[in-house]
Amino acid sequence: MFDALSDRFDGIFKRLRGRGRLSEADVDEVLREIRLALLEADVNFKVVRSLVGRIRERCVGAELHEALNPAQQVVDIVHQELIAILGGDTIRITFAPRPPTVVLLAGLQGSGKTTNAAKLARWFKQQGRNPLLVGADLQRPAAIEQLRTLGRQVDVPVVSKDLTSIGGEGGDPVEVARLGIDEARRLGRDVVIVDTAGRLSIDAELMDQVRRIAEVTEPHYTFLVVDAMTGQDAVTTAENFHATLALDGVILTKLDGDARGGAALSVKEVVGKPIAFASTGEKLGDFDLFHPDRLAGRILGMGDVLTLIDRAKEAFEEEEAEAAAAKLMEGQFTFEDFLEQMQQVKKMGPLGNLIGMIPGMPKELRNTEIDEGELGRVEAIIKSMTPQERRQPDLIDGSRRLRIADGSGTSTSEVNALLQQFREMQKMMKRFGGTMPTAKTNANVNAKAKAKAKAKKAKKGGRVTPKGGPVTAGAKTELKLPGLK
Amino acid sequence: MEAALIILVAVLVLVAVTAGFVVATRRRRGPELEPPLVDDGRRGRAGATTLEPPPVDVDEADVGVEEVAPPAPEPEVVAPPRPTFRERLAKARSTFSGYVGSILTRRSIDQETWEDLEEALIRADVGVGPATELLDSVRERVRSEGLTDGEQLVGAVKAEMKERLAVADRSLHHREGAANVWLFVGVNGVGKTTTIGKVAKREAEVGRSIVMAAGDTFRAAAAEQLGTWAERAGADLVRGAEGADPSSIIYDAIERAAARDADLVLADTAGRLHTKTNLMDELRKVKRVAGKPPGTVTETLLVLDATTGQNGLQQARQFTDAVEVTGVVLTKLDGSAKGGIVFAIQSDLGIPVKLVGLGETADDLVPFDPDEFVDALFSE
Repeated sequence: MFDALSDRFDGIFKRLRGRGRLSEADVDEVLREIRLALLEADVNFKVVRSLVGRIRERCVGAELHEALNPAQQVVDIVHQELIAILGGDTIRITFAPRPPTVVLLAGLQGSGKTTNAAKLARWFKQQGRNPLLVGADLQRPAAIEQLRTLGRQVDVPVVSKDLTSIGGEGGDPVEVARLGIDEARRLGRDVVIVDTAGRLSIDAELMDQVRRIAEVTEPHYTFLVVDAMTGQDAVTTAENFHATLALDGVILTKLDGDARGGAALSVKEVVGKPIAFASTGEKLGDFDLFHPDRLAGRILGMGDVLTLIDRAKEAFEEEEAEAAAAKLMEGQFTFEDFLEQMQQVKKMGPLGNLIGMIPGMPKELRNTEIDEGELGRVEAIIKSMTPQERRQPDLIDGSRRLRIADGSGTSTSEVNALLQQFREMQKMMKRFGGTMPTAKTNANVNAKAKAKAKAKKAKKGGRVTPKGGPVTAGAKTELKLPGLK
Repeated sequence: MEAALIILVAVLVLVAVTAGFVVATRRRRGPELEPPLVDDGRRGRAGATTLEPPPVDVDEADVGVEEVAPPAPEPEVVAPPRPTFRERLAKARSTFSGYVGSILTRRSIDQETWEDLEEALIRADVGVGPATELLDSVRERVRSEGLTDGEQLVGAVKAEMKERLAVADRSLHHREGAANVWLFVGVNGVGKTTTIGKVAKREAEVGRSIVMAAGDTFRAAAAEQLGTWAERAGADLVRGAEGADPSSIIYDAIERAAARDADLVLADTAGRLHTKTNLMDELRKVKRVAGKPPGTVTETLLVLDATTGQNGLQQARQFTDAVEVTGVVLTKLDGSAKGGIVFAIQSDLGIPVKLVGLGETADDLVPFDPDEFVDALFSE
């Protein structure tokens, strides 16, 4: 995995200690690292160049002189610049005074137009609208069937070539799009989403076709669908589509992978149109308005707490998690609870990815590749304990240790290591929990959990803005993990 | 939100304990105790192949794919008469804007020249790391060969790249007398289904009988899409219900192929992001099942979109870790993207590009030619 940007600076800033200000040469070195990080995140090189220029100005200026933690300050500057480019606000969709509001989707092959047409339809439905999907992709085999199936899933009607009299293969997508709008008027649908065939931005013929589709449908919103994994070429593509269609925004897809999504930043910078929506999963509900601050952190490899929370919400049973957390805070967390949590966490994806999302993770840890086999060993050790041992690990003496090691196919030193880690974690959490101002007398475990949750929220306010706002970068480094020092 | 925060703490704790455990045991056990190989040892060999320097002798080049081929494979180069990479690319050539034009006319090689060269490589998605490493070797060349102007420099870069890409077996393996399975894997939207359609047509043209397995049971209408291609290629199609187990569909296709003495099963799989463990596990199972007699998996092809950026390397790494990818199919190279990431994939992971997609029709899928590819990377 990539190092977080601040880690890259560590070496540079260590040498600075005691001097307290950056020389021209230091700044150059820092900027080189920033450049590298941005390029590795697929930010377009032209955008990187102008961005680095702006960052240089701010770094050389007075801002860093009084810096307590210059590395963090530089990261903050970069972060701010990224958010500035991405546009601070999410897009606001307004509706045409005379319905229907027409939305046109265009993009390269395989960027996710058809899937996102359905997701967008679902989103509009949730806004209380009555969308109609128009399948104008007559090129890819079975594209219309795909749209129809998705339409059924989100309960939105789909029209396509059935509006024309042409049978078999072929047909004119421009005509289909035009008739689609008429059909929407006839049916009284107030939003029309037009799905078009994927096309290369350098294919003059097909670009002309999509231009004609735009002419006959007069879209209120034209969105370019962009794959988050796209590299340097994203800008060329976006420029060409923008020149043909006058884009209103971008729909960023496949953000649920580990691509950093630098391409999106480039598109925003070059085309000047916001990223309107982001698609973050295979389910049709995994789609929402775009949050610039999340992507900025992601491009920098700074961790992505909000996405982590989103994933956690999916994977965990809320009640169970609350109960476990309550126990945790009181130091009553047992290996049994641990095992249970482990099953849940596994659902959230590879542990290595999760670690990458947690800000302020120690570097040595972030670089540790934890493979499933190792997780399995931990599991095996715990499962080789008797229920009583799991509840009271202190029972485990020399001979029990040997038995557990034999039972799990590990060594006693490994069993020891796990016990050690677990104990330290318990101690740590107890101390943490002890500082909570909530009453421990509440008999109801559930209520207690709730109370703890509130306390927790208050306590953690500095790290995660509760309302889903930006993660404050300054607070990130204070996350200390038990047993890792 | 409250619950989410609590969960976060739980996750943190879990991660901390596990990671601490891992770090502690690794430290204790020392370097010789690498994580144990969990599966049947195939991973070990794959790992070894990755670590080895690329073999230098072209004749020995099938080493890279040997672990997938059965004990006595008879690699057969499939080379029917068809448009070459060069011819096909020439059509799209005008679209390849040159990145190195200014370098070619330089009389001397200075710092700026090197920077422009690096930029050209980065713009082609080669990646900063591989580009830097490549240019270091080129610097060596420039010194030892006494190169002085821009044209020679570009020549040296091309030569270096071609040399690194040269050593690979790019043939599609097929074992006579067995139910060969070619498995197509990749992330969403790269063109797996379309590629299968085109490969089917190619293979049908050289007289192979083909069964297609509609293993993408997730995406709506994926089987219909494959069905259209099956009709075009005159291939059999085996499909199941939406949401059915892809392994069983592919196994059914293998059985049908065996029963009818068909030469080749082309197995489609649902697009999946390489970060989804459960889906990657599913893929492992697909491969395992496809390898059961009478089936034998002779190619596992990673389909990669030429517009993919640096994430492509991660994709290749994860997919090969799961199912031992034997080759890459680079699609959509007729666009403005140059697909430079495959350079990193071959040099880092030793996975060669075997086929390239240069257009919408079946004839536009052609064997990869590293020389043409490198030239196109720098073409005017």
